[in-house]
Amino acid sequence: MTTTTYTGTDKPNYLNWKTSVASWLLTYDHKRIAILYLVSISIFFLLGGLAAAMIRMELATPKGDLLTSDVYNKMFTTHGVIMIFLFLIPSIPAVFGNFLLPLMIGARDVAFPRLNLLSWYFFMAGAACVLIALFRGGIDTGWTFYTPYSSSFAKGEVSLAIVGVFLAGFASIFTGINFLVTIHKMRAPGMTWFRLPLFVWAMYATSLIQVLGTPVVAITLLLVAVERTFRIGIFDPNLGGDPILYQHLFWFYSHPAVYIMILPAMGVISEVISAFSKRRVFGYHFVAFSSLAIAIIGFLVWGHHMFSTGQSIYAGIVFSFLTWIVAIPSAIKTFNWMATIWKGRVHWDTPMLYALGFMGLFVIGGLTGLHLAAMATNVHLTDTYFIVAHFHYVMVGGAIMGYLAALHFWWPKMTGRMYPEGWGKLAALLVFVGFNLTFFPQFILGYMGMPRRYHSYPEEWATLNVLSTAGSSVLGLGYLLPVIYLTWSLKYGKVVTERNPWGARGLEWELVDTPPDPHNFERTPIVTRPAYDYNHPEEPTGFVPKPRPVVVGGKDG
Amino acid sequence: MSVQELQKTATLEHTADGHHHSDGILGEQFETLEQQNTSYLIGMWAFIVQEVLFFGAIFTAYAIYRFKYVLEFTLAHHELSVPIGTLNTFVLLFSSYTMARAVRAAMQNRHKKQAFYLFLTFLFAGVFMVNKYFEYSAKFEHHLFPGGDYSAHAVVEHAQKMGELREVEENGQKFYELGKTRDGQFTAFKRVTPQEFEQRTRLFFGFYFVMTGLHGLHVLIGMIIIGILIGRALIDHAKNKPVADFMPVEMTGLYWHLVDIVWIFLFPLLYLIGR
Amino acid sequence: MAGHGESHVHPVSLYTRTLWWLMALLVATVVAGYIPNVPNWLGVVIALTIAVWKATIVIMNFMHVRYSGKLAWLFAGAGFFWLLIMLAFAFADYVSRPWEPFNGWPE
Repeated sequence: MTTTTYTGTDKPNYLNWKTSVASWLLTYDHKRIAILYLVSISIFFLLGGLAAAMIRMELATPKGDLLTSDVYNKMFTTHGVIMIFLFLIPSIPAVFGNFLLPLMIGARDVAFPRLNLLSWYFFMAGAACVLIALFRGGIDTGWTFYTPYSSSFAKGEVSLAIVGVFLAGFASIFTGINFLVTIHKMRAPGMTWFRLPLFVWAMYATSLIQVLGTPVVAITLLLVAVERTFRIGIFDPNLGGDPILYQHLFWFYSHPAVYIMILPAMGVISEVISAFSKRRVFGYHFVAFSSLAIAIIGFLVWGHHMFSTGQSIYAGIVFSFLTWIVAIPSAIKTFNWMATIWKGRVHWDTPMLYALGFMGLFVIGGLTGLHLAAMATNVHLTDTYFIVAHFHYVMVGGAIMGYLAALHFWWPKMTGRMYPEGWGKLAALLVFVGFNLTFFPQFILGYMGMPRRYHSYPEEWATLNVLSTAGSSVLGLGYLLPVIYLTWSLKYGKVVTERNPWGARGLEWELVDTPPDPHNFERTPIVTRPAYDYNHPEEPTGFVPKPRPVVVGGKDG
Repeated sequence: MSVQELQKTATLEHTADGHHHSDGILGEQFETLEQQNTSYLIGMWAFIVQEVLFFGAIFTAYAIYRFKYVLEFTLAHHELSVPIGTLNTFVLLFSSYTMARAVRAAMQNRHKKQAFYLFLTFLFAGVFMVNKYFEYSAKFEHHLFPGGDYSAHAVVEHAQKMGELREVEENGQKFYELGKTRDGQFTAFKRVTPQEFEQRTRLFFGFYFVMTGLHGLHVLIGMIIIGILIGRALIDHAKNKPVADFMPVEMTGLYWHLVDIVWIFLFPLLYLIGR
Repeated sequence: MAGHGESHVHPVSLYTRTLWWLMALLVATVVAGYIPNVPNWLGVVIALTIAVWKATIVIMNFMHVRYSGKLAWLFAGAGFFWLLIMLAFAFADYVSRPWEPFNGWPE
């Protein structure tokens, strides 16, 4: 990504105005930091994907023949830890949030550019710790680090991995703090709260969760490391502790963390759907507030991960009820997106295909969540492949579909090159088909009782598992294609010099060069229209004021 | 606001941007100093929110175990020294005051005064840490550090002396009865095995060391930052700088008060309750 | 935050007064800890009430929240509110566990 991509114009842009390695590694430019994040998480995504491939290959046959059970445990832990902490959590916020937030609200940068760079270094240091722990024999606790196994029994570099997650967590907190302040204080004149693009609302809600939730998991994991070192017994029932307390504290963050992954994707979908239907997002206010509602209610439901533990059933009833309530804001979003497409002039470009895929898969993922939120069915389904399928529908079918939609939608803006549309459509189709082929059989397997996290299973589940493994190879191809053609497009893709190749609304399309100027805007823009004003194509969303003679005395109070 | 008004303010702000902040206080991304200062304040508050939940999670865990093991924890409380705890609270509260005065001096651009109050704050923080050092070493001496050689012996002895614990034997098995002695009459509330008692008091000291340790780490970090600020204030004073950016001091002040607040809760919860 | 008053310098008396209050409350909480025959729960309530009181005046006066805009109130409040959520729901579990009608259910 660091190769210069001249756009054919003489004007320097953020990619080519400085080219030294130091100018990238020490940059305070939010756009360059976004690219740093993009490169790093792409590598982690491929690593995590590799572990997933090993898991599916093992499960192609009923016997545990490819991997020993021990290696298999390490494999799914590797997959989970990398995908969640090193890919999904930073994915859309750290890449597209960083790149787009200042552009969308008309600012020169985020509020704290140095903190932004520090966040990337924390992230990389955390990632290094995690990877070292994984390569030095690996860990087999699962990504949840459940006690007392992780605190008293697990061998290997669990503490080092925990330090890694701790550091990556603080990277996430720094990003959250930065975005909260940026959205509050850096909006251009005229950019009122209800003129903000919905992606910004989604990022605001996400940042709230990052700041309020992440410190809890950080300290909880630290306690596990302390426990491993000193044997205090906080989470060890043999020493008077309570392992369920760990789950309380862990899920206080890790349930809302699911919304750290899905809310930004929802923001992307709002942008993409409106841009490719050429319509204002239907029910703007409802979609905006549903993001906040999800962020807040998301903090009140964590106990639904613990229905089958020793958690009190009375607490369980409350958590179950509150979990159902989360379905309301999620449904509000989905229905409003459908209403946006309704009677819109739909353009079937690649980002839109991903957005439509998101909607279908997220609905399945969300509705199966309700099966799990019901305490009675939860007892049957918990720790089976039903759970695995459910959260992959939300995380992969939701968050990664949103990520890919964003990647294609903003790719010309970020790089000044267009991806090959035909290949893009093919990849979107492969991802959708491969995904369903991989994970839908797992709902059935789970319903039939196949437990998760075992490397072997009885013969009668072979057909569905083979189907799932076959699907995963299609899915893998679907992910490899964009890696190849997007990299290819950096050098050979069609050069984009126009600001708004999609004819979309928003400051980042209307007022910012492609690729953006290092300082984003010539001057702080003034916003005059609400977001997505497709009904008035002749009226720009905002304009960059002409310089005026200096007024002596300046502004006061 | 009408478009015309917006245009006017934007143009005016822009004249404030390009050239005239020659002292380099204003960051490139901001339009006005006011925007920058409030951004830093809000950012610091967001960080404090983060800290509240960071400490809050351990407070929650501690609260749950104290709720589960009230009697054992109460006896373990007795091993902490209230005089040292009180002295440390006094010192930290006072340092919060000097910190507030330092921020005030910074806002008035009185660099020497600012350095003086920062130095006092640093000094009090130092006293706090020295106290902590003696407190910790006493705990190590009595084998109350929950590492390899932990023993509840000191707790048991102390509790027996106060008449809140007695040893009983039943079927050749030793038990501790936890209770109260009133008018020479012992009333037992709960019976535990010595092993359980050892584990639960160990849990208490685990929490004690983790909580005060994390807090002490925050004090240390604060001391480093305050040390840097003293140097900056002295340089500003030597250069006779008319105006300096007071935000670093103000933000450090917020951080320092937070460290104080954490201690305000730690002191009664660890040292006082159940005495 | 209010558009003005950010760099507003407060009188020294504000800080001195706050310090005296803090010292008085410190004495109060230590003395309260030594009152004999106070039930355990009441001791906790008294200690926590005084601690919240102390923390509040530090936040209001030393940290200037009283003189700051809505946003500072919102942020200062949010941290403690979320902490309350965590405490409330975690305790909801631990308090109600003994109500479960099973024999031999752990304490």
